[in-house]
Amino acid sequence: MNVTQSFRMALNSLLTSKMRALLTMLGIIIGVAAVIIIISLGNGLQNYLNAQFEQMGVNIIQVQIMGRGTGNRTVETEDMYQLAEKYPQYLSGVSPYVSVQAEVRSGGTSYDRTSIYGVSDIYYNRERNQTMRGEALSKGRFLSYIDVERYQNVCVIGSYLDQAVFQGKGLDQTLTIGGIPYTVIGVLEQKADCTEGSGDDVIFLPHGCAQRLNNRISNGSGAISIMGTSITVYLFASTGQDTSSAAKGVIERLLDQTYQSSDSYFVVTAAEMMDTMNSMLEVLMTILVVIAAISLLVGGIGIMNIMLVSVTERTREIGIRKSLGAKGRDIRSQFIIEAGTTSAVGGVIGIVLGVMLANAATVIVGAVMGGSDGFTATPSLGGILVSFGVSVGVGVLFGYLPANKAAKLNPIDALRYD
Amino acid sequence: MEHLIELKDIYKIYQMGEETVHALDGISLTVDPGEFVAIVGQSGSGKSTAMNIIGCLDVPTSGTYRLAGVDVSTMDDDQQAEIRNKMLGFIFQQYNLIPKLSVLENVELPLLYAGVSAGERRERALAALERVGLQDKRKNLPSQLSGGQQQRVSIARALAGSPSVILADEPTGALDSRTGREVLAFLQKLNAEGDTVVLITHDNSIAVKAKRIVRLQDGKIIYDGDAKDPQAVVQPDLEEHRGEEAVP
Ligand SMILES: Nc1ncnc2c1ncn2[C@@H]1O[C@H](COP(=O)(O)OP(=O)(O)O)[C@@H](O)[C@H]1O
Ligand SMILES: [Mg+2]
Repeated sequence: MNVTQSFRMALNSLLTSKMRALLTMLGIIIGVAAVIIIISLGNGLQNYLNAQFEQMGVNIIQVQIMGRGTGNRTVETEDMYQLAEKYPQYLSGVSPYVSVQAEVRSGGTSYDRTSIYGVSDIYYNRERNQTMRGEALSKGRFLSYIDVERYQNVCVIGSYLDQAVFQGKGLDQTLTIGGIPYTVIGVLEQKADCTEGSGDDVIFLPHGCAQRLNNRISNGSGAISIMGTSITVYLFASTGQDTSSAAKGVIERLLDQTYQSSDSYFVVTAAEMMDTMNSMLEVLMTILVVIAAISLLVGGIGIMNIMLVSVTERTREIGIRKSLGAKGRDIRSQFIIEAGTTSAVGGVIGIVLGVMLANAATVIVGAVMGGSDGFTATPSLGGILVSFGVSVGVGVLFGYLPANKAAKLNPIDALRYD
Repeated sequence: MEHLIELKDIYKIYQMGEETVHALDGISLTVDPGEFVAIVGQSGSGKSTAMNIIGCLDVPTSGTYRLAGVDVSTMDDDQQAEIRNKMLGFIFQQYNLIPKLSVLENVELPLLYAGVSAGERRERALAALERVGLQDKRKNLPSQLSGGQQQRVSIARALAGSPSVILADEPTGALDSRTGREVLAFLQKLNAEGDTVVLITHDNSIAVKAKRIVRLQDGKIIYDGDAKDPQAVVQPDLEEHRGEEAVP
């Protein structure tokens, strides 16, 4: 009935006393902006990490072997190959994945942030022209079966090394890894931002060579030992995302038969890791949003405070309206609409501020991570609608008490008030 | 014939600690449609209390009040609000316009609370403004108008809901004597056009503009009759005021 007038009067009084309006709405503005920015950052992070996962391959199953268990036997690389051959319906391949800590040198310059992995030829899928982790070749070839079998000192390098060490002409050149010269037989396509320490600062070499490098380093320089410890990390590729849990099952069965203890190994699929990460992110985001929502509550109390002042200031107006026939509920709804409008306006300002800050965060995070790395803080429509709804709800809730006070004023006293 | 206003044995008693104040001490009064009655009396005589009860802003301690045949003396707040909205038009000493609303919106208020549609509200409010000659000021804020104009807006607001009774409480109290006279002349004109007017004042010179005078003293009616009767303006026990207040 008098909704439009109440609404317009509320907007009017917000406009006529801007400072007071701002202070009234501050809690709501901060609360809504905080909720929006947290949701935006969370969404951005989730999208970014998921994209990283997709790039690394969603079909990957990582197997880590921690000890010998009680079985007193070990699973050798050959057992893993046999397993993959036995279950072609689940497993499309397996490769050792040996991480190497060694110095990379070329022409007197040392590169110490390079990631070095020892893998087999299976790590590269020739049909899909990409590795298990999603890297593609831009030049040359990947490691071959012969390279791996014969411990050839050859390697495939990432685009950063190709650019930084060889000015883009790295093919057939040589660099030393742990003091041993390796010939570059392939260059990978750029997948990150081609900087030091990034996904493009990487070297793949035969896993046998990688183990030798590791042993050499642990035995001290000079003594070369071929008798190494077993490989502890393998990457399996499942035939698809839907077969990954079945694939995990057959791997675990083999490991369990051998070690007879589930403490000795750890098998995790990329899908599980993604799920775990996503649910952890969601819990974190929920906690942060709840904390931000507390400031919405504080904002509601601010609105209640100002509305109580407003009711007192406008006692005479209330008396006039009542003398003209306004019922308690008319006055109540007028003040509730006013509180709701105030918090809704605060909510809209908070949304605008939040979205602006989220955009700023995209730029800042991009700059900090070096170049545009695909991180975009993404405000979700749902988040915006919910925080708007909550802010209006908070206004209405906290407006109720003052509105009720106004509704109960005695018209005679109210008319006499000045 | 049924009376428009019928007060019967109205008492309003306030308990002030040990003391009881009989603001109205057994009042009986009837007003018929088309009358112009002034309720007059000294400060503290009970005029405002009477006005609050007649205006359905308050209920008597005892006694019955019938307005157009309906007993309104025991109604609750919302029922009273509805009666005020439909039956009564108030004119206050301080105009009591809402400063943030335009002239037209102020005049529309009683219609707003009556649930009248926006179009009809505007039409009727403009008609009421036309009656007081202020339709060209409809977009102004009250503060942009003179005192006399504001009082005319409040008269238009009182008229907008087509009430049965117009209740004017010291309507000239805040105006200079010339605009005061204009407002009084306007009330007389309304009465001549058929409206029932109840005027509350402490001032004899204003009371005599009505057709009938009801004089209160200490919560009792001490005179009720024709305004032209010389007895109407006699203040029995306040000798020192007689000279200045009695206007023959
Ligand atoms: N709310 C109240 N509480 C106590 N006493 C009141 C109240 N209202 C009025 N009175 C008393 O009732 C008497 C009549 O007051 P009022 O109707 O205001 O007179 P008038 O309007 O003629 O000046 C006065 O003695 C006044 O003090
Ligand atoms: Mg009085």
